[in-house]
Amino acid sequence: MNTSALITLLITHGLVTFFMVYFFRKVLKAPKHAEPDSFSENDDEPPVLITGEEEI
Amino acid sequence: MSDNNNSGWGSRVGLILAMAGNAVGLGNFLRFPVQAVQNGGGAFIIPYLICFLIMGIPLLWIEWASGRYGGNLGNHSTPFIFDSMNKRKIWKYIGVFGIFTNIGVAAYYCYIESWTLSYVYHSVAQTFNGLSDVETSKFFENYTTVGSSSTGIPYESVVFYIVCLLLNTWILSKGLGGVEKVAKIGVPLLLIFGALLAVKSLTLGTSGATPANPDANAWDGINFLWTPQFSSLLDMKVWLAAAGQIFFTLSLGMGTIHCYASYIKKRDDIALNSLSAGFTNEFVEVVLGSLIVVPIAAGYLGLDWVINNAGFGMAFQTMPYLFQNWGQALATFAGVCWFGLLFFAGITSSLAMGTPWMGFMNDEFGWNRKKGAWSFGLIVLIMGLPTVFFFNEGVFDQYDYWAGTVSLVVFALCEIILFAWIFGMTKGWDEINKGSDIKLPKIYKPIIKYVTPVILIIVFIGALITPKDNDWNAAFKNGWELDDGSIVSKLTNRDIKVNKDYFSDHKEFDQNDGIVSTITKVDSTKTINLEIMDTLKFYRNKFGQVKQAKNEKILRSLGKDYMFFDSVSVSKTYTFKNTDKIVVQVGDVLHLGDKIAEGKFTNNSFYVVLGRVLLLALFVFISILVWKAGKNKLKHP
Repeated sequence: MNTSALITLLITHGLVTFFMVYFFRKVLKAPKHAEPDSFSENDDEPPVLITGEEEI
Repeated sequence: MSDNNNSGWGSRVGLILAMAGNAVGLGNFLRFPVQAVQNGGGAFIIPYLICFLIMGIPLLWIEWASGRYGGNLGNHSTPFIFDSMNKRKIWKYIGVFGIFTNIGVAAYYCYIESWTLSYVYHSVAQTFNGLSDVETSKFFENYTTVGSSSTGIPYESVVFYIVCLLLNTWILSKGLGGVEKVAKIGVPLLLIFGALLAVKSLTLGTSGATPANPDANAWDGINFLWTPQFSSLLDMKVWLAAAGQIFFTLSLGMGTIHCYASYIKKRDDIALNSLSAGFTNEFVEVVLGSLIVVPIAAGYLGLDWVINNAGFGMAFQTMPYLFQNWGQALATFAGVCWFGLLFFAGITSSLAMGTPWMGFMNDEFGWNRKKGAWSFGLIVLIMGLPTVFFFNEGVFDQYDYWAGTVSLVVFALCEIILFAWIFGMTKGWDEINKGSDIKLPKIYKPIIKYVTPVILIIVFIGALITPKDNDWNAAFKNGWELDDGSIVSKLTNRDIKVNKDYFSDHKEFDQNDGIVSTITKVDSTKTINLEIMDTLKFYRNKFGQVKQAKNEKILRSLGKDYMFFDSVSVSKTYTFKNTDKIVVQVGDVLHLGDKIAEGKFTNNSFYVVLGRVLLLALFVFISILVWKAGKNKLKHP
């Protein structure tokens, strides 16, 4: 493998992997927003379906 | 219209994995490496990364922000998301693309997905064990010829297609929760399968070299993909290919991102979520996608083979054969990993394609998720069966071109004009930053307003009037001759040069020149084969082997001591029924449009029109629904 290819590969793979891990870590570490938020799994109580409605 | 207070995502990680799963598709593993090879290897990566930064990321933010904005006003599909951003009627009809594209693409995408499902089965059943390279390639051709069967199941490809569609529909009927569960299982599995294959590819080296392919070396493939060529920065073709790849890989211009984001509440982050999902997709594409198909194929067949044969078929026609080199047990395992990862990449995308329709029907007509999902499945089945039955006649290609390519660019161009210029950049920037867990660089404000729209306009014009052979330098210097693949050529049917009638009593020669070399009756299949010879380009490598040079320009760029020469060889074989009458003789010199056989023929021009009519009918159908929904809104605001 030639040097320029190796450098390009390592820089590109390194940058893409770094940013993926960096942003994902930031998501995991971000403080939770006040309820009600968009996510049901962190709700205190399970959601109650109103008759005749179904979630998409 | 129902209130969707109870609907939404289970967790933030689930949302990101679903968004990443939507973006990660078959293209990450099949289209990206092929585009990279066809655009000069390392020449491609710099324009690709620049396009990701100045076109991909801005469009991701726009689509997430538009979706969340519309969703908080009770709209979960693009017609009424756009309507909520501007009240001019035209926008909701432009928003139709955000449902149309998904159904049009799902119709043929589920077919490819069904191949992966079928190939997982065949890998486990060890169908490819002992097959030669030609036989493995032929297996795929037989599979896509409806009516043939390798399992004993009649109409096998149709059966797998319907099973795949049923699976998609069933998961969709479970709502966003079902989609999220599949993403939470599918995306990590896909990463594991991809990593296993990438490690195997990185350790392959020259161990796959054989007397038939003495220069096979997996590192040559990696070398070719990653050697930078800065001269490519001046090549328009490479930039257009890079911009196009960013579109497909991030699932931009489809309406799926809008729909997923519409279930996010207005105080919740979208800026960081979109970057996280976008970079996960890039990781799968750039890191895993570049380390599987090309290096493994180069490791067994040589880099020149990859350059000559790079294409979609490599995944199904070549990989199962190459896995056989690893022994029976490992070949089965590798087959399950490879086709399994393609299946998970496919299904997480095809599920996303169902949600805009379901959201629209729920918002506007009160359909529950089961009704929405099964109606989606039915429409996709109706639209998709022609692509299955007439795959080899070109219906599939029509869907891919109009719904899967042109529509995306048109839709993205319209949405950025709406967002940055009509909705307004000040309001738009605030919308992107609302609830953000990350501080965005302000440089992106002018990029979204000026740079990204200009790139999109260039991409659209580039597709509209693509010059012959995509050679922009020659076109600027020597005058503009349109390529058959340009939108103008397609719209005006300039790409169909012969056999223009839908039904005809004769068949015309569809190549520029050729000589009839053999006419053979095959009694077992009741067919007549007509072989045509033409002058083709070949090369001789340092081992004295002679191979056809299908991509001479890139082969020359490798700088190896290949000797190129012209030679007459079989260029095409026509197959006719034995009831057809061949009107040429061995030795006849043929030119484009010459009559070669008499009989009853249905030409591909018929299937081209069939594909377009079906797509147009779908667009009109959705537009009528949008019109009716608009009327309902006026009556019951």
